[in-house]
Amino acid sequence: MELDRPLPQPITPEAKPYWDGLREHKLMLPRCRACGRAFFYPRVLCPFCHGQDIEWFQASGRGRLYSFEIAYQTISRTFKVKPPYVLAMIELTEGPRMMSNLVGIEPDPKRIACDMPVEIVYHKMTDEITLPLFQPAGAAR
Amino acid sequence: MKALSNSVCIVGADESDELGTLPHKSQLSLHLEAVRNAVRDAGLKVSDVDGVFTAGQHSPATIGEALGIVPRFVDGTTVGGCSFIIMVGHAMLALHHGLCDVAVVSHGESGRSGVGVTPRRDTALPGQYEAPFGFGGAPTYFGMITTRHMHEYGTTLEDWAQVAVSTREWARLNPKARNREPITVGDVLNSRPVCYPFNLLNICLVTDAGGAVVLTRADRARDCAKKPVFVRGAGEATEHVMLTQMKTLTTSEATRLSGAKAFAMAGVGHGDFNHIMLYDAFTSGPPIMLESLGFCKPGEGVRFFDNGRSTPGGSLPINTNGGGLSYTHSGMYGIFPIIEATRQLRGECGARQVPNCKVSLVNGMGGMLSAAGTLVLSNER
Repeated sequence: MELDRPLPQPITPEAKPYWDGLREHKLMLPRCRACGRAFFYPRVLCPFCHGQDIEWFQASGRGRLYSFEIAYQTISRTFKVKPPYVLAMIELTEGPRMMSNLVGIEPDPKRIACDMPVEIVYHKMTDEITLPLFQPAGAAR
Repeated sequence: MKALSNSVCIVGADESDELGTLPHKSQLSLHLEAVRNAVRDAGLKVSDVDGVFTAGQHSPATIGEALGIVPRFVDGTTVGGCSFIIMVGHAMLALHHGLCDVAVVSHGESGRSGVGVTPRRDTALPGQYEAPFGFGGAPTYFGMITTRHMHEYGTTLEDWAQVAVSTREWARLNPKARNREPITVGDVLNSRPVCYPFNLLNICLVTDAGGAVVLTRADRARDCAKKPVFVRGAGEATEHVMLTQMKTLTTSEATRLSGAKAFAMAGVGHGDFNHIMLYDAFTSGPPIMLESLGFCKPGEGVRFFDNGRSTPGGSLPINTNGGGLSYTHSGMYGIFPIIEATRQLRGECGARQVPNCKVSLVNGMGGMLSAAGTLVLSNER
């Protein structure tokens, strides 16, 4: 089947636990053992205290819509989801921000607001890759 | 830092022979035309150039080779569209210390026609964490900053539209500007939706263009063809590349630091400028830059575009070439605000000349407010 989105690539070694977790419907985040802060994207050095002792933990999958855009035309040629769709920046309850899409809501700026609570939806692309999408918290799946 | 202030001058500035849609010209040709024109503007020869500064797809070695010179100082710092603004500061350092005598900062980009261009590829981070969600292309990123600003400060779509209208008023007076018909706030709001909160007229042009500036030490500048433009202050900073890593989406830390450094070196305050050039890839850029530079409180930047304040005849002219929004935007726009500030300070701008233009601010961003470069330029020491 033809994919409607580009696969994440390249998967870098330091991000493997993140992608492995998503496949099992777990949002795994790196956290620094020295300062206790979670961060994203995965890297080998804590961006806050520069500690190198990094652990992985399962995050809640909840957060807020920090900001959003509504694409009325596809700008990236490899992305084939039919517009309009919502481009989202999510701020997770644990602190880090990540890019995603907001789904399960009409792509209308009158219905979407910054800071609305959201929760993760696991979107399987292939046997290897599952993406984290988000929907309004409490919405029917 | 004070020793650097006014130590070097911009003595030459010009664009490529043509700007716009140029399928008959390669990116490298745009560089070479711009360098030749800027060197000629300075009353110098290409063979006088011994410092080459460029950003983008071509390394300074390529530009030096194509020019047939052997530069003894090169810099290829590529941190986005403001790289050329940052390079004026780098050239100042190299010239001041005698590491080169005549520096050229060169830009050429076949941004619209893609002639002689290497296709861009995602690096590991956007490819892994952004592309699978449809991100790619500046509007899919800068809108995040803009939507959040509207949420935090109540900025409206009408406020951003004012920036496009003001900038177009200047473009009407610039024969080199691509779009010169007058527009209204309503025209911006009714233009084609591209990526909320942006309609087509909130977004810069995509063109093919080159531009270059030539610098030399102040003592030598006196012998050049035109009135020298002193670099009174220069600043730079980078904060992030991935937008999720920007600490506060609505305030640019890189811009704040870059501006503070340039203002301190120049010994100027916010009230000292009578001309301002801000990188306008999107209508929301200039107001947010004014806020981050400390010209006003967060949320108040759009007020600089109210009531004709920034337009021809206004009290604080902004983006007098017509900007990336209406004049030209090849992709890495940063050389063009420097060229315009130089021309304004020389008094060469004809119908769009700002009266008594003495101190000009040039501030640009790289990426999505990721990097910043700031210059304080003046026709007086």
